[in-house]
Amino acid sequence: MGEREHIIEVKDLVKKFGSFIANDRLTFHVERGEIFGFLGANGAGKTTAMRILCGLSYPTSGEIRVAGHDVYREREKIKKKIGYMSQKFSLYEDLTVSENIRLYAGIYGLGRKQIASREEQLLERLGLTHIRSRLIRQIPLGWKQKLAFSVAIFHQPAVVFLDEPTGGVDPITRRQFWEMIHDATEEGITVFVTTHYMDEAEYCDRVSIMVDGRIDALDTPAALKQQFDSKNMNEVFLKLARS
Amino acid sequence: MSLIIDHVEKSYDAVKALKKVNFEVNDGELFGLIGPDGAGKTTLFRIMASLVIPDAGHCLIQGHNVVKDYREVRKIIGYMPGRFSLYMDLSVEENLAFYAQVFGTTVDENYDLIRDVYEQIAPFKKRLAGKLSGGMKQKLALSCALIHRPEVLILDEPTTGVDAVSRMEFWDMLKKIQKEGITIVVSTPYMDEAELCDRVGLIQKGSLLEITDPSKPYDKDETQLFSLKSKRGIYTCLERVRRLEECRHAWLFGDQLHVTLRSERDAIQIKSILDSWDDSTLEWTKITPTIEDRFMGLIERETEKSHNNGETI
Repeated sequence: MGEREHIIEVKDLVKKFGSFIANDRLTFHVERGEIFGFLGANGAGKTTAMRILCGLSYPTSGEIRVAGHDVYREREKIKKKIGYMSQKFSLYEDLTVSENIRLYAGIYGLGRKQIASREEQLLERLGLTHIRSRLIRQIPLGWKQKLAFSVAIFHQPAVVFLDEPTGGVDPITRRQFWEMIHDATEEGITVFVTTHYMDEAEYCDRVSIMVDGRIDALDTPAALKQQFDSKNMNEVFLKLARS
Repeated sequence: MSLIIDHVEKSYDAVKALKKVNFEVNDGELFGLIGPDGAGKTTLFRIMASLVIPDAGHCLIQGHNVVKDYREVRKIIGYMPGRFSLYMDLSVEENLAFYAQVFGTTVDENYDLIRDVYEQIAPFKKRLAGKLSGGMKQKLALSCALIHRPEVLILDEPTTGVDAVSRMEFWDMLKKIQKEGITIVVSTPYMDEAELCDRVGLIQKGSLLEITDPSKPYDKDETQLFSLKSKRGIYTCLERVRRLEECRHAWLFGDQLHVTLRSERDAIQIKSILDSWDDSTLEWTKITPTIEDRFMGLIERETEKSHNNGETI
């Protein structure tokens, strides 16, 4: 990777809720165009850190920049340069496929003409043109996830945050989703992703593992497996999170 | 036989949630039902728990019909639904006491059965269930489902959204419960958990595609399945291998690719092709399919079938 631009730069990030330290001096960076896996047990502090990086919550202290902007003073600028998708919330069930695309594009500030032409391209690429007028609640989960991801990067953000994006789909749909993630990085989009599927950790360029509010390991999957003398990322995770 | 599912069908309006599902679960068995969201797992589990009446077919638990003898059935099953079954405004110990009382027993009477699980959350017994973490809620829900010492335990996706460590602990607990002679039927979207069951049913779009014993070698292995590794970037490798005529399917699989070839003859052919790639880091190995490979193979076959029938979504 070497000298690529740091699209996310985090130095000594601390977040406290009262006396509870949710994020304990996190220091890391994410390079432009990489797939960065953000792993950790439930309650390790992933969501807290992710909310700060998305400009939804202030850190207690630390220096944090996302897409070149400061998370204390330039939160609105950050929000324009990022995309976000989670399994729990993504598309509006009672709007159609097409309405969801236009709604999100509008929110991200795209113009009417731009939206129209890109909507056609997107529907074509996903093979959803024939069901563009169908309500989201009527389409299978796998399609929803692919559409939600496409919508999250529709405005070509610098970084897209994916919070457990692949829950509940079959193993083929899950893999197709990861191929879409990879295609996005080819267009220069940086991907910041959390998951509980440890095989998916292998598909990341680099992986960090959080334990009790700290980042206890950060490297490429290959280097982590070597460091922890493990045959796969599941073993690495269990060794770290159990100790 | 602890559980008999006999040609069970269920539709919601035009959607066929279950299409003639048939299987049996032996006494004391740990049976897994694996499949994605929308496959019909929850509908099937609700039928077993006597909460949904099937349109056709029968479901028997310990010989009791879940429709006619639902009162008997409810006494002998423990049911943990996918969404938490707890009262969020009651404390941990109040939830447990409530479930014990509903089933006409006391916490003390069966405490030995839940001890291992409950002791992990006992330090928080005064805390409201709504204030527990996901992993702790899951342990409390399991304690509540077990407190009347059921004969059959029905767990609907107990580990969904739970991290790898908690999932492993949960399966350790299930193994202990099984040793108490309790039959367990559990559903999950995680393929690695399939390997921990005595037998597994693979379900997709309302149909049970296959039932297998993960510990036995795959007798229907006609596929030419290989793993492909390269240090030069797995995605580039994926694109290249998919362009080959010999390649039927290729998918990411951890740090490698799993490649299915069209025929046995292709296995010889492909070696020379890979040599011509001039990548000394390539590793090409014939492998036996995992449960996940098998499930993916079945989905591919189903997709091709519906594609040939001109079906779309």
